[in-house]
Amino acid sequence: MLKKPELMPGTLDMLILKTLTRAPLHGYGIALAIKHLSQDVLTVEEGSLYPALQRLLLQGWLKAEWKKTETNRRARFYTLTAAGRRQLGTELSQFEQMMTAIGRVLQDA
Amino acid sequence: MDSIFRFFRKLGILLHREQFSSGLEEEMAFHHEQREKELRAEGMSAESAHYAAIQEFGNALQLKEQSREIVGFRFETVLQDFRFALRQLRKNPGFTCTAISMLALGMCASVAIFAFVDAALIKPLPYTNPNRLVGVTESIPMIPRARLSYLDYLDWKKLNNVYSSLDVWEGDSYLLTTPAGAQTAPGARVSDGFFRTLGIAPMLGRDFYAGEDLPSAPRTVMLTYTAWQERLGARPDVIGQSVVLSGVSYTIIGVLPPSFHFAPRERAEFWTTVHASSECDLRRSCHPFDGIARVKDGVSVETALADTKAIAAQLEKQYPDSNRGQGASVVPLSDVIIGDIRPILLVLLGGAGLLLLIACVNVTSLLLVRSESRKREIAVRSALGASSARLVRQFATEGLLLVALGGTLGLASAAWVMQLLTRLIPAKMMSGMPYLQGLGLSIRVVMFASAIAGLAAILFSFTPAWRLSVLQLRESLTEGGRGSSGTLWMRFGSNLVVVELAIAMVLLVGAGLLGKSFYNLLHIDLGFQPDHLATVSVEAPEASYGKYEQGVLLGRQIVRRIGNLPGVKSVGLSFRGLPLDGNGNTDWIRFVGRPYHGEHNEVNGRSVSSDYFATLHTRLIRGRYFTDAEDASKPNVVIINQTLARQYFPDEDPIGKKIGDDNLSPASIREVIGVVDDIREGPLDSQIWPAFYYPFNQGPDSSFSIVVRTSQAEESTLVMLDATIHQIDPDIATAGEATMNDKIINSQSAYLHRSSAWLVGGFAAVALLLSVVGLYGVVAYSVSQRTREIGIRLALGAQRRAVYQLVLKEAAWLTAVGIGIGLLCSVAAATLMRGLLYGVRSWDIPTLAVVAVVLAIAALMASYIPASRAASVDPVEALRAE
Repeated sequence: MLKKPELMPGTLDMLILKTLTRAPLHGYGIALAIKHLSQDVLTVEEGSLYPALQRLLLQGWLKAEWKKTETNRRARFYTLTAAGRRQLGTELSQFEQMMTAIGRVLQDA
Repeated sequence: MDSIFRFFRKLGILLHREQFSSGLEEEMAFHHEQREKELRAEGMSAESAHYAAIQEFGNALQLKEQSREIVGFRFETVLQDFRFALRQLRKNPGFTCTAISMLALGMCASVAIFAFVDAALIKPLPYTNPNRLVGVTESIPMIPRARLSYLDYLDWKKLNNVYSSLDVWEGDSYLLTTPAGAQTAPGARVSDGFFRTLGIAPMLGRDFYAGEDLPSAPRTVMLTYTAWQERLGARPDVIGQSVVLSGVSYTIIGVLPPSFHFAPRERAEFWTTVHASSECDLRRSCHPFDGIARVKDGVSVETALADTKAIAAQLEKQYPDSNRGQGASVVPLSDVIIGDIRPILLVLLGGAGLLLLIACVNVTSLLLVRSESRKREIAVRSALGASSARLVRQFATEGLLLVALGGTLGLASAAWVMQLLTRLIPAKMMSGMPYLQGLGLSIRVVMFASAIAGLAAILFSFTPAWRLSVLQLRESLTEGGRGSSGTLWMRFGSNLVVVELAIAMVLLVGAGLLGKSFYNLLHIDLGFQPDHLATVSVEAPEASYGKYEQGVLLGRQIVRRIGNLPGVKSVGLSFRGLPLDGNGNTDWIRFVGRPYHGEHNEVNGRSVSSDYFATLHTRLIRGRYFTDAEDASKPNVVIINQTLARQYFPDEDPIGKKIGDDNLSPASIREVIGVVDDIREGPLDSQIWPAFYYPFNQGPDSSFSIVVRTSQAEESTLVMLDATIHQIDPDIATAGEATMNDKIINSQSAYLHRSSAWLVGGFAAVALLLSVVGLYGVVAYSVSQRTREIGIRLALGAQRRAVYQLVLKEAAWLTAVGIGIGLLCSVAAATLMRGLLYGVRSWDIPTLAVVAVVLAIAALMASYIPASRAASVDPVEALRAE
């Protein structure tokens, strides 16, 4: 079995913020969303989601509240805050800059 | 802004930790469940789905820990460090015990001594605005702080511009009839404003009103709290009642508060007013009083002194007979009260401080050795990702923990040692030092201890951290780096050992010099033989014994009755004090047939019975002793001491010469019939003053002292004296029963010298031990680091002797440098404390030499053990060890 590419360091926060732009999700939902949206290429070591969520909460980029799921289970749903949206914007533009830069270097070589 | 928000969020989580954890757990469990469900839907068995979910999730425990760390405060990791530090210390009990006990020892000594310094020197006197209070007295060249005559006092009070109030007091003692028989009660007579000047208000009743000290005022008395409690049963209705003191009735007008202390006359129970009426009170040349004053705001002690001196100079012109040479002395009241013990306390504090320094240096070098041996642990930890900040924090935590344990232990033992030391102070001395009462862990003492602990903590956490930063400059995982790091440690460690040895040398020399001073003091020529002497003083009622014949009769009766006691060889009487009671009670003398220009020839004057000198075993140098028959009916005679003979009759035979008072009044003229050896009338370490002795039978008094020479143990005679005197008359009070040897041992000068010698000696012994242990540590460590090198040397054919030399040479070098530096420092330190030395110079060569040799031998012994270990290294083992 081929080893799946590891997530680039520092990108997990960005991915979480991004998945939450559409709708509030619980932790498992976020993991699923990342997996589906990347068409199974990006898998997070699922547990590492939770420390990251704590970090984002602490920064004030997310809000969390306990709600019922469709199956009537209690789960913690995370919502993007205005500050989180701004943060996502800066991170995305930084990421794009970096990617183009890396792309140029790789093309040249 | 963001950081504040984060802080409050963290705080919120901290306050609801349980909720946070359970929330996190629930969230993760939910995740597991969902994933499991999904996997089962994909067709996995329940069991494998369960494990797969767990596996995909990762290390849940670690993740929870990570999450907690993100939202947690720094101190939670501190707690972790703390636990780890505790484990480290427990793992290494030898190191831990040594470090903690050294630290505790240093803390204990310095904190205990500081408590005394605080109580005596820092804590303000218990009066209102004590820093404005001064002691005011007259001054003559022989006695810088002499006393004050009543008439001079009145003039000073009237003429000065610098005091808001000036008052006087004189120690007195009163004869008291109690159910238990006659007793003497210490007291004092004061001018009317005495307590107002101090700022003390009575607890019950009133203070003396202005003018209550005049002879015309009725006799009134204030009681101390203790006297009220013990003599009057603490009855609240004592105010207005009367009490009979020495046959005179006094009305009680007030009771002083329990907090009232007056160290110069601490034991005084009855405070009466001056009522100047005696011959001495009314004579300008009689100086019974001590003055206290409150200087006006904005007036310095120097200004007050200058003003008072000017008045004294004016009075000197006005009354040349009585006031010639009478200057003035004004010093802060705190100097009057604690001036004697200040230098000793400072020396002790210095000694304790040095001990603390040695202890800290020792612990530091222990920590360094340990950080050396933990090099690998540190390297592994940093390779596993511990940041250097985290490592430094780990060391800091360990240092703090050490200091906390050592400090607590030190503080607790200091509290105990303080109590022990105060109990060792003789009661009589303690009563002169009321400021030491209630000595304990005051706020200032605890603050001092915390400051020391803080400094030690900084030292102990930064040294290994600094060491660490040096370490990180190099690769550390390999063992090969040992040689160079060893050298670095060696250089630093040996500097520390040199410091320790030098400090130990200073303390040893200090102890040696103080010990020698104490020895000199006890072996001083007293001018009499102090063994087998019992002493007591008596006070007989004026009414029955105040007349001349009554006094002579009482004296003879007492000498006869006590002389008949078993084991008594002879009995002497002295009015105005026994040997060592103190210089003073002086007379001004003048020589018949010599020109006189009004100079004051100040000499100790005593009136003694015929057997006095024989009882003391004082040598007669010339002439003869008195006889018992020489009373007022016979010609006046006098015996002088050698100092008087030398000073006033340098080139002539004093026998037959005539001495009188400064007016040469006919009744005062006496013929010199003998010269005796110099009896030490004052404290052991004081100068010998000229003294003259006249027959008790030519000038008796109703209160005097008795000295008894015994053939048996003097203690057994001592217990009989009281009863014998009371058989003669139960109304005679006795006080101060003591053997002469006890008087010497318990005298203030002997006590201060003894206690400082013992304490500094104790410090020095501990310092010696610590520095030797330190040296041993350094040499042993260097040997252990060089085992391989020594192995190679031996394998290549080096003699064992050469290995010994290798190690011992290094130790000898360190010791030599330490002793050399210590020598210089000791002489400097001894010069600073030369005021405490008696009969020994600050650069006493024998002391320095002995200390150097002791230190050298101890150091060599300490290095001999590691040297012999080095010499017995098995080369094969040593080489294989790598």
